[in-house]
Amino acid sequence: MDSQTVSQALAGGALIGLAATLLLLGTGRIAGVSGIARGLIIFRRSDYAWRLAFVVGLVAGGYAFYLLRPEAFEIGINRPLWAYAFAGLMVGFGSALSHGCTSGHGVCGVSRLSARSLLATALFIVSGMLTVWVLGG
Amino acid sequence: MRNQIVIAFVVGLIFSLGLAVSGMTRPQNIIAFLDVQHWSPALALVMAGAVTVFSIGMRLALRRSQPITGGRFEFPGRREIDLRLVAGAVMFGVGWGVGGFCPGPALASLAVGNSEVIVFVATMFAGMIACQKLVSD
Repeated sequence: MDSQTVSQALAGGALIGLAATLLLLGTGRIAGVSGIARGLIIFRRSDYAWRLAFVVGLVAGGYAFYLLRPEAFEIGINRPLWAYAFAGLMVGFGSALSHGCTSGHGVCGVSRLSARSLLATALFIVSGMLTVWVLGG
Repeated sequence: MRNQIVIAFVVGLIFSLGLAVSGMTRPQNIIAFLDVQHWSPALALVMAGAVTVFSIGMRLALRRSQPITGGRFEFPGRREIDLRLVAGAVMFGVGWGVGGFCPGPALASLAVGNSEVIVFVATMFAGMIACQKLVSD
């Protein structure tokens, strides 16, 4: 890993932390992407508009970056399409079941030193490592 | 309400910028972190950057009696370490290791139009709906 990769990782991480801080400061909400997205498909939620705005911002920001630096969105691994269908199901079901993902548990929950989030983060990293080990990369 | 929408949209933009800058929108980099045999720590640095900034930002934000747009600070109230948390996090890790995507980077990559991402996001929402239907909240 070269020094550019290190500084980009730290700077990008800091931006994610800044985004989470602004959401909390501005709206009082925790920036957990899976929870925010899940609110979009559970129509009984009354607080729909800000969730949609966040997801639209996420999609639009990614697309704007893609126009400038398309290489940032290269997949770079070789998996059949059905593997992404399986992966999506597991990530969707798993994040809904454990109430959080890499942002909600991994960033916000870990920052709060939540025991649930620390355990969930350790578990999904270990289970992800075992999965990649079984797949051979 | 309108201010909440504007804040959430801007937060989504900053969040996706952070993900793209740090290389987290490339599944190859996620797999490289989960691959213990060819380990690349970039993702750990992204999390460290985000956790550092949010740990400080959160404490500064909470000095206020309420968020800027009013209402109250809403933190997850769950405390229990249960089977749902463990099983959900393990499932999440399996999907993460297979696809190299979690919800944030997948949504940030959606408008790029890769079939892998479109399939992942569609099945991710399907997984969330399945969890909602099958498991009582």
